[in-house]
Amino acid sequence: MSDTITAHRPAQRRTLGWVLLEFLGSMNLAITLLVVVAVASIIGTVLQQNQPYSDYVIKFGPFWFDVFNRLGLYDVYGAGWFIAILGFLILSTSVCLYRQVPGMAREMFRFRTQVRLESLRGFHQHAEWRLPERAPAAVLAEVTGAFRAGGYRWRVRDHGDHQVAAAMKGGYQRLGYLFTHAAVVVIGIGGLLDGNLWLKLKEWRGEIAVETRELAARDVPPASRLAPGATPAFRGNIMLPEGRAANFVFLRLRDGYLVQELPFAIELRDFQVEYHATGQPKSFVSQVRIHDQEHLGDQPLDATIQVNHPLTYRGYSIYQSDFGDGGSKLELRAWPLTISRLEPLDAQGEVGSALKVSGPNGSLNLELAEFRTFNLLPEPGARPGDRKFRNFGPSIGFKLRDAAGEAREYVNYMAPVQLEDRWFFVSGVRARSGEQFTYLHIPADTKNSLDRFLHFNARLRDEEGLRALLAHAPAPTENSDVQRNLNLVRLNLVGLFIQGGFAAVTERARTVVPADRLQEATRLYLNILRDTLAEVFLEVLRAEGVNLEQGVGEREDTFFNDALSALAVLPDYGSPFYLQLTGFQQVEASGFQVAHSGAASVVYAGFALLSIGVFLLFYTSHRRLWAWVAADEDGSRLVLAGTGNRRQAEFAREFAALEATLTRRLGAPESRGSSE
Amino acid sequence: MAVTREAMLESWEQPTLWQRLTMWDVLWALLVVGGSGYAWWFYQAQMDGYEVAILFGSALALIAWGWYWKPAQMFALIVALLTLLALWRYGTDYELRKSAFLLKYFLESQAAFMWMSALYVLATVVYFAALFSRSEFVGKTATALTWSATVLGMTGLLVRWRESYLLGADIGHIPVSNLYEVFILFALITALLYLFYEDRHRTRALGGFALLAISGAVAFLLWYTFDREAHHIQPLIPALQSYWMKIHVPANFIGYGAFALAAMAGVAYLLRQRAETRRPDGLLAAVLPALELLDDVMYKAIALGFAAFTIATILGALWAAEAWGGYWSWDPKETWALIVWLNYAAWLHLRLTKGWRGVPMAWWAVIGLLVTLFAFLGVNMFLSGLHSYGTL
Ligand code: HEM
Repeated sequence: MSDTITAHRPAQRRTLGWVLLEFLGSMNLAITLLVVVAVASIIGTVLQQNQPYSDYVIKFGPFWFDVFNRLGLYDVYGAGWFIAILGFLILSTSVCLYRQVPGMAREMFRFRTQVRLESLRGFHQHAEWRLPERAPAAVLAEVTGAFRAGGYRWRVRDHGDHQVAAAMKGGYQRLGYLFTHAAVVVIGIGGLLDGNLWLKLKEWRGEIAVETRELAARDVPPASRLAPGATPAFRGNIMLPEGRAANFVFLRLRDGYLVQELPFAIELRDFQVEYHATGQPKSFVSQVRIHDQEHLGDQPLDATIQVNHPLTYRGYSIYQSDFGDGGSKLELRAWPLTISRLEPLDAQGEVGSALKVSGPNGSLNLELAEFRTFNLLPEPGARPGDRKFRNFGPSIGFKLRDAAGEAREYVNYMAPVQLEDRWFFVSGVRARSGEQFTYLHIPADTKNSLDRFLHFNARLRDEEGLRALLAHAPAPTENSDVQRNLNLVRLNLVGLFIQGGFAAVTERARTVVPADRLQEATRLYLNILRDTLAEVFLEVLRAEGVNLEQGVGEREDTFFNDALSALAVLPDYGSPFYLQLTGFQQVEASGFQVAHSGAASVVYAGFALLSIGVFLLFYTSHRRLWAWVAADEDGSRLVLAGTGNRRQAEFAREFAALEATLTRRLGAPESRGSSE
Repeated sequence: MAVTREAMLESWEQPTLWQRLTMWDVLWALLVVGGSGYAWWFYQAQMDGYEVAILFGSALALIAWGWYWKPAQMFALIVALLTLLALWRYGTDYELRKSAFLLKYFLESQAAFMWMSALYVLATVVYFAALFSRSEFVGKTATALTWSATVLGMTGLLVRWRESYLLGADIGHIPVSNLYEVFILFALITALLYLFYEDRHRTRALGGFALLAISGAVAFLLWYTFDREAHHIQPLIPALQSYWMKIHVPANFIGYGAFALAAMAGVAYLLRQRAETRRPDGLLAAVLPALELLDDVMYKAIALGFAAFTIATILGALWAAEAWGGYWSWDPKETWALIVWLNYAAWLHLRLTKGWRGVPMAWWAVIGLLVTLFAFLGVNMFLSGLHSYGTL
């Protein structure tokens, strides 16, 4: 606004320093930097940060992975160039402060009694009175009285032929600028000090090296270890199984980590998760014990840590941040699925460990990845909005990795699950993590066990047994030649079925039967197959001791159909055995984040400055009023003018009110400015 | 700005705060103090020290709000009465929501939100009708509709707060915990801000535009309710079980509401500007508010939004320091809050120090809302992070 009075600076020599200062403190640079920081920040929100580097390689391919890596895009906010931009913003704001504050301070405290009549007349808000019969002193008293009533402070200056009363109000508005911008500097510096600047510095000086191998903490070499207090600030993580203690945390850095030692040990005594009826977790609670010989002696400190309720000990804050399995002990039974001998193999393992098992095509690595006691999942068949949930009980998650390193992921539920009035053992499988699981549903028998299905499956793979069985089976035809032929077909079909499901049978039909009879032949094949499978199934039932005199009951019939569905997808299941969880002993683990922030109080002071500053800036206004009074013929002349640096409309109204007040006392002004 | 000279005369002599207060203002303060004292007495067993501080802090803010803007008193009173009525009808039986007439069709939170939605949409139409018909009566109707919608929406939120406790003592929480609830908050705050400016500037010409933004929120809410069934009261996940939520979220939404209002003023500005250059004697140029007024509303709304957003982000940082182990983690939601903040900081500098005005600033305010919308909605939909409880 043209009314603002700016202090005239003496002309300065254009030295290099001056040019630099001019550039750094320029508004254009400031606005550019604000926008540049905003845009640069977007990158890190679009590209997930600090993921395992292997994930990035898969996502971008080796070339782009490398390019992005060099640009620091996997940890944008810790990248040199990003920190440099932030540094620039801080520098620019500092320079701006340095240049503005002296002027602002002057503005705040000085009454501007040195004004010329013309400039007052040039103000938007001004009014002029010609007052015969009134002495200048009386007019001045009248005006300053009005200033007082309006809450203004003023100074009067006698210029000989005229007097000026300069008034102002709300000068602390100028502090708003100081506070806001100082806050940006303070918060910025505090934030940088709390960031990974120190680590970068140590790394650059060759004092530390990021460890990328998977090692136990005690095996990490000294070059990747940080003593307590090595840096003023850090944020690290540690996962503790119940009953274990640690006096260090891991600091994630790019594709590796460092070990940060703590001056005390944290022991996890107990970890509890509670759930709401709807399946959402309700609380995560860790009972911890702090061991610290130096400060606590033999009296350890017991404490409870929950989400939103951290423990602060000796300036270190310990947060509940994660949870997981701490190596639950599992009892497992592997039932072969691809051979005719049904001898299970029992094994024991801990979550997080791996077992070697032999498969039909070489040995496999069985990695026990996960164990859950509780699986609250949406009710099968419910729509997303129904919000019906059911606990499916304990489950194990594991991976089967072959010699080539290819792995499939499985999740097996321990107890049978009820679906549409029937009970099934459920196992999910996927070829790649992140994909949807496809499920194998094995029907549970009358004893709620896997036995009947497994026996049925094993018998189908026993060629000798099948041959014998079919030889004795009641013949659908009298002709023994046809009979022999038919048995061969039946054996073949069963063989195809167990190798490739129904698809293999229809595929075979397509290759041997002319197209015009394909449909009919396929139906025939499937009928024969089904009859044969039923034959075998009856044999399984008989062996179980089921009484079949009244024929096959409805339950057995349903079981048979479900078993066929399961058998049909078995070839795609990919595991040579069904892994059954027969027992477990749960060991939970709790994840803690330990933070030590050297500069948090600096940042918080900045927050306070910023909050106050912003309100001063927007909701107060530095207003000035002037009364210029001179003797004029037999009375006096009064020129009133004013300006406010914010809230122009409000100021215009305020000035009009003052003018009206004076009008009541002195009469109408001779001329007025363009108040709205 | 037709302020009478008399009114100005009054405002020059700076009366003290006590001289300015009327009987009603004092009564209002007593009522608020009484009400919050009663709430404290009744619920003190369930509150920790911070929550008591928040309760009395809110009471003071409510008193100040009522003194600063008189219509707020009537608004708060009606909302309080309707809420008490609903609570009284409920007693302790949540199932009454399906059978008691008063609850089922009127005051049960879901019913109240449906009324709110319908009334806001209606108000939008009526504001535009008022704009083009230039009828004072139609305009007043639109204002009344907006007030009614806001009363019902606010009542619905308060009733929902109680309902969550009726559903289970361990489920109860303030209804600002998910996208569904905060969308209602957004509509209410935007409406109140608009009504404030309508009152202060004595013009309804901006109403249709402000209500258009609110109707957008309503459309989203309806889709969210009927397609996603997001309206069910959910228990709080542990990360949200904190008194910080009570202050952080509302502060944020004052910011969002103000930015939305600024953007709609920007839209009106651009329309008027076009109308003035293309068809200066056309209808649009005649009925839309003056450019200076729109400019002023835009600046004031962005200033208010910036101040509120600054506080909200600081509160968020303080909360993060308690919940996540650090005041800043560059989580996507945090980062987008910073982006929004920097964007408006640039806007304010351009206007204040470079003296930019007019069309570019109006465009920037409109685009600013898109950035804000992404921070508010897009982050939840497209990005993952620590704030991921708000997913669609
Ligand atoms: C993150 C960085 C910054 C933030 C958040 C910020 C914020 C603000 C705010 C909110 C205002 C008040 C605007 C208004 O009243 O409408 C303002 C004014 C101002 N800013 Fe900044 N600013 C920043 C950086 C800078 C820089 C780097 C400069 C130096 C070129 C600068 C120079 C100014 C000036 C000269 C004013 C006007 C002060 C007055 O006349 O009262 N700002 N700033």
